[in-house]
Amino acid sequence: MPSEKNGAVFRGLKLVPRSDTTYKMKDFKSDQEVRWCPGCGDYAILSAFQGFLPELGVPRENIVVISGIGCSSRFPYYLSTYGMHSIHGRAPAIATGLAASRSDLSVWVVTGDGDALSIGGNHLIHAMRRNVNLNILMFNNRIYGLTKGQYSPTSEAGKITKSSPMGSLDNPFNPVALALGAGATFVARTVDSDRKHLTEVLRAAADHPGTSFVEIYQNCPIFNDDAFALVKEPGERDNRVLRLEHGQPLKIGEDRGVVFGEYGRLTVVDLADVSEDQLVVHDAHRADPSYAFALAQLDEPAFEHVPIGVFRDVEAPTYEEAMAEQIEQARATQGEGDLMELLAGSDTWTIK
Amino acid sequence: MPKEIQQLDRVIIRFAGDSGDGMQLTGDRFTQETASFGNDLSTLPNFPAEIRAPAGTLPGVSSFQLHFADHDIMTPGDAPDVLVAMNPAALKANLEDLPKGATIIVNTDEFTKRALAKVGYTTNPLEDGSLADYKVSPVPLTSLTVKALESFDISKKDAERAKNMFALGLLSWMYNRPTEGTLKFLQTKFAKKPEIMNANIAAFKAGWNFGETTEDFAVSYEVKPAALPAGRYRNITGNLALSYGLIAASKLSGLPLFLGSYPITPASDILHELSKHKRFGVRTFQAEDEIAGVGAALGASFGGALGVTTTSGPGMALKAETIGLAVMTELPLVIIDVQRGGPSTGLPTKTEQADLLMAMFGRNGESPLPVLAPRSPSDCFAIAIEAVRIATKYRTPVIVLSDGYLANGSEPWRIPELSELPKLEVAFAREPNGENGEFLPYLRDPETLARPWAVPGTPGLEHRVGGIEKSDRTGEISYAPANHDLMVRTRQAKIDGIARDIEPLEVDDPTGDATVLALGWGGTYGSIATAVRQVRRTGAKIAHAHLRHLNPFPANLGEVLKRYERVVVPEINMGQLALLLRGRFLVDVISYTKVRGLPFKSDELAGVFQEVIDRAE
Repeated sequence: MPSEKNGAVFRGLKLVPRSDTTYKMKDFKSDQEVRWCPGCGDYAILSAFQGFLPELGVPRENIVVISGIGCSSRFPYYLSTYGMHSIHGRAPAIATGLAASRSDLSVWVVTGDGDALSIGGNHLIHAMRRNVNLNILMFNNRIYGLTKGQYSPTSEAGKITKSSPMGSLDNPFNPVALALGAGATFVARTVDSDRKHLTEVLRAAADHPGTSFVEIYQNCPIFNDDAFALVKEPGERDNRVLRLEHGQPLKIGEDRGVVFGEYGRLTVVDLADVSEDQLVVHDAHRADPSYAFALAQLDEPAFEHVPIGVFRDVEAPTYEEAMAEQIEQARATQGEGDLMELLAGSDTWTIK
Repeated sequence: MPKEIQQLDRVIIRFAGDSGDGMQLTGDRFTQETASFGNDLSTLPNFPAEIRAPAGTLPGVSSFQLHFADHDIMTPGDAPDVLVAMNPAALKANLEDLPKGATIIVNTDEFTKRALAKVGYTTNPLEDGSLADYKVSPVPLTSLTVKALESFDISKKDAERAKNMFALGLLSWMYNRPTEGTLKFLQTKFAKKPEIMNANIAAFKAGWNFGETTEDFAVSYEVKPAALPAGRYRNITGNLALSYGLIAASKLSGLPLFLGSYPITPASDILHELSKHKRFGVRTFQAEDEIAGVGAALGASFGGALGVTTTSGPGMALKAETIGLAVMTELPLVIIDVQRGGPSTGLPTKTEQADLLMAMFGRNGESPLPVLAPRSPSDCFAIAIEAVRIATKYRTPVIVLSDGYLANGSEPWRIPELSELPKLEVAFAREPNGENGEFLPYLRDPETLARPWAVPGTPGLEHRVGGIEKSDRTGEISYAPANHDLMVRTRQAKIDGIARDIEPLEVDDPTGDATVLALGWGGTYGSIATAVRQVRRTGAKIAHAHLRHLNPFPANLGEVLKRYERVVVPEINMGQLALLLRGRFLVDVISYTKVRGLPFKSDELAGVFQEVIDRAE
């Protein structure tokens, strides 16, 4: 889907200049030593991201990665782009100011479940409803890693942690449902260990103009090891993962599929009981979010069946384009601002 | 027979009524007329935080005070010569501020039994002799207005609402104000409602004619234009001047203005104003909260824009962490705090100076930043430009401490010529600065100690900033003890060094041999300067200096303090500048404080100064 304007491969980058350089993965590695724990899922995500960035086809200096606080938020230091490792939860707000004033940049927010959904929940939902041209990558490990193992807003209820010795009393957020509820125009889920799928989702996110929200299941080997084992291990995975592909019927493994149920919900059925043409065909471009929301509810019971891929991808005007348009419109109707005329106003008097 | 015209050199008028009576509008119009007539003036709006407090109650009273003169004045005045009271609540709430002999123009129609009882009057003060010390002019403003508008096809309620224009017409006659501006204003304001427009114009004219014809008003007054320095003038409030200063700074620096803000009294007007000026390339972002407001502004600064956030005390508390990030990342950022009464929600619509120590120290760690404060409504223009100059030159967040009085108060402002405005040259980093062709984001300018401002999109200067301590020169993460010590001291030295780049403190000491110095900061300038004049008129000697730079202090401040035997520091807080001065200079300054949510009265300060002078002798 090349854009007419500058030949950009990705629609989300139509205002970003094209690069003359052909980059390789190594061009996006910084000289900093990566300091995550051995076995951390962040390594796989970083590697996939570095491997993907050359595809953007934009100058390295026009890429900015902004993070908050947490293990995942060290991400910018390991990339040779511009970056800011900001403060806890505020990355979407900072990135909004940058993206709104610089439409020539490809802006990525890297955050975690605590950073994005707890301390920064407010900024996350407002960035999504405004449809700022940001790609938000939320690494979900369902635990607080950097502070050494407290329950997070995605930890399951009853979880025993350092701060919940008798079990957590909180009900977890469903990040995909939350993003859909906030009006996000692009919502996807992927898994750290599936490089191919992760890269496909990154590609779709970059292509989407406006806010792209990507939940990445990420393993924390120290404080919440194997939290996503059921969707990763080959034997289990194939019977649980529902791969969302636009235009394809919703199937889980070889034996199960998804049909419309009561009150707009989706129901998982055995393929023995229904014919394949009764299955729901995935449509990521539906303007109405109800279907995507119903899909998000398939997570429960936990990991029995887990949709991954792009839940929703709809076009809507981006915040910065609308902001720039107002400026152009004001200039078209009132002319360029004249400072001296502004300062004088309409009621002046002269003293000689 | 033409009526007698008496000459006055100055007058203080206070319009007071219910918060729905349109007193702020009436005051604004009278001010505009007075400004265009050429008087010097100063205003003090005073209104409740509630949008429409219960009608006729004391908490619902809204007032607007205007001081105008044929000479230069610096305050809205201590005590009104004339009170326009639209109802019993307005009379009761304002009477204690009136000196004996003051004129009270009172709307008798509202002095009903019920309205009197509502504010605790058991007898009618217009009849019980309790106002014998004042010149009372009873005028049935409501019924006269309704009568004047009989022929209009509008509801009785709409007719009654025009009574403020009747009052404005009457006062405009009394003080021989020009009327064209108000007529033009009404035509524009009600352009879409011609019947209401004509009714308001008729009410305004009826008020004027009432003054001219009725025998109750035998005399009208004239206050000649003031001999201000030559130039073109306009009237301006502090919030408007701040907004214009920011737009001017954006033009002068060539940096697009980005305002990230969340609505809060009394700062919201800056957001409103800037959102009107998109044709100057201004981007205004009404954020989801105070934190996002400053965060977005910092993000825009990172991208090479002029990032600004505006707020008041409670918002400052929320922004603290992000301001700390701006200190650490050493990016330009302007934070405007229009101070109001605190703590917590405090007095949202009233003035105070109690955020100084928060601005100085209200962040974790050693996080020094420049703090500026305008001294008058029109000075807000210059201070905004100065804040941008320092922020961009030194790559630092700068806090501007305005206040509720400056924000809403107004005064004539000589409109500067473009050539009088400072040049703001901003140089982004374009090339690598290291010996081996690498980019060192924390390699500093040897003179300013500023680090390079390299914005995304600049090839070869890709780098990462953040809140974790950075290594000198390279900007890499560093937890090394020696490096942290160096960086803490370097950030401090950078801010301290700005003292070499700001104007020295000017001292107003005409004879040069005063022994007492009055030292203030921010919005108290007018009250202190007026008090100083009063004291000098009695033959006593006193010097006055006023700080616009609170951090760093002007380089000569220590020397100035040591020149005087006694230094008296009036503040609308519990002595915050006094604490800084004592800590920094070991000078035992005399702190004089008041926290009533109102500006100082100059009479009161004159008394304080006199006492200090007397004790010194």
